[in-house]
Amino acid sequence: MDSKLETESLTRVVGGEPILEDVSLRVAASTVLAVVGSSGAGKSSFLRLLNRLDEPTDGTVYLDGVDYHEIDPQELRRRVGLVPQESALRPGTVRENVAASDLIRGQPVDEERVAALLDRVQLPNAAERDVEDLSGGQQQRVAVARTLYVDPEVLLLDEPTSHLDSETEARVEELLGDLIRTEGLTCVLVTHDTAQAERLGDRVAEFEDGRVIAEGRPEEVLA
Amino acid sequence: MTDPGLERVLEHAADPVIVTGFVQIAIAAALTAVVLGIIYARQLGFEREIVAMAVRGLVQVVAAGAVISLLLAAHLAWAAVVLAFMIVVAAYISYKRGTALPGVFGTSLASIGFGAGLTIVAMAAAGAIEMTMRDLLVIGSMVIANAMQTNSLALDRFTGEIASNRAEIEALLSVGASPDEAVTEYVSTSVYAALIPTIDGIKSLGVVKIPGLMAGMIIAGENPIYAAQYQFAIMLMLFAAGGLTVVANTVLLSRRVFTDAKQLDEAVVDAIDE
Repeated sequence: MDSKLETESLTRVVGGEPILEDVSLRVAASTVLAVVGSSGAGKSSFLRLLNRLDEPTDGTVYLDGVDYHEIDPQELRRRVGLVPQESALRPGTVRENVAASDLIRGQPVDEERVAALLDRVQLPNAAERDVEDLSGGQQQRVAVARTLYVDPEVLLLDEPTSHLDSETEARVEELLGDLIRTEGLTCVLVTHDTAQAERLGDRVAEFEDGRVIAEGRPEEVLA
Repeated sequence: MTDPGLERVLEHAADPVIVTGFVQIAIAAALTAVVLGIIYARQLGFEREIVAMAVRGLVQVVAAGAVISLLLAAHLAWAAVVLAFMIVVAAYISYKRGTALPGVFGTSLASIGFGAGLTIVAMAAAGAIEMTMRDLLVIGSMVIANAMQTNSLALDRFTGEIASNRAEIEALLSVGASPDEAVTEYVSTSVYAALIPTIDGIKSLGVVKIPGLMAGMIIAGENPIYAAQYQFAIMLMLFAAGGLTVVANTVLLSRRVFTDAKQLDEAVVDAIDE
């Protein structure tokens, strides 16, 4: 199967220290790659490189076989959307956050899409609510809707449930799994929770000290 | 004695009003001495700083008066040289509020030059500033000083906004926003914050304070209504110069905090954090 997303010897060095070293991974279309590893293993740095929020020191990423250095960064980020670990919402309403990518450009908001996405993330009728009045789990779901609003082909999720209590975590995880499957999204999910990686991942990559030490089906890597 | 400039300085120095000036300084110094005595008696520990401040201030301001006296006899073209020098010094003082931002001295110089320079040239051309050495220097220096102050406030606020909203800026970038779009809110906040003192100054005109220029004109016997009108025109000039300066500088700088690949430049963010 052709890769939707492929990294080739992806490396990032900061201040002489390698954060990520020689990472070569493939993600097939409409599959989920779960990235696991301890804190500081380079998982989030990997996602930032995929979204090109940081620049690789060496190596590159291919999207549909095209070197991502040949794609305009803004177009790339619309095609490979990142949901950050901190929801990083702006003061204002849920609607203003979900449609932020249109509003900052002065474009008209696709109200139907906002409503449909809020339904998908189980926040119906919340469009006019102030984001400061939402719980952590609800804010995280708004962040997911903000990324989905630009209709990305690849969804990058950075520890989407790490700040949530166990009950909310289960609900958000179920919602994400459902979204990914029904939308047929290609997804890279960073998580410290190996059980979550097993439940959501088609394949799992285990990182340690910035390197991939194992990659394969969940039952092979997480056994 | 053939040099008319020097002649003018000596003439000013020999004016009987200079003696009156020293008497006035002595009276004000006596009051300052009372404050010094209190500071000393209560062991507050900064009496040396007060003395140094007063001596430095006296030397600086008298020297400035002598230089202005010299310049008043000089060719009008010298006004441009002196104002350009003031703009360079203003940029140098101001850029220190944002040293973490790359090329901030250059952008501050260009922006103060643009904002204050354009305002002075436009107002002089329109006749709102008289084309005399006296008016160009006095009004010009006020415009430049205000542009500098506004620029410093904008730099301070802009670096703070970038540092405290890094996650929000990157969240917008991550869904395809351009660098300009990602920081536009923080640029607006910085511009507004920098202009608050000037805006409040205009709001409080005549109610809370009688500004220096207007007060000076009234003391010098000018029609108070005209003095008020002129003061208002000057305040609008200060607002225009400050506004143009900070809009130009924040636009120039907001591009410099991003890399060519439209990423928030980590080196800049780290430098701001330090």
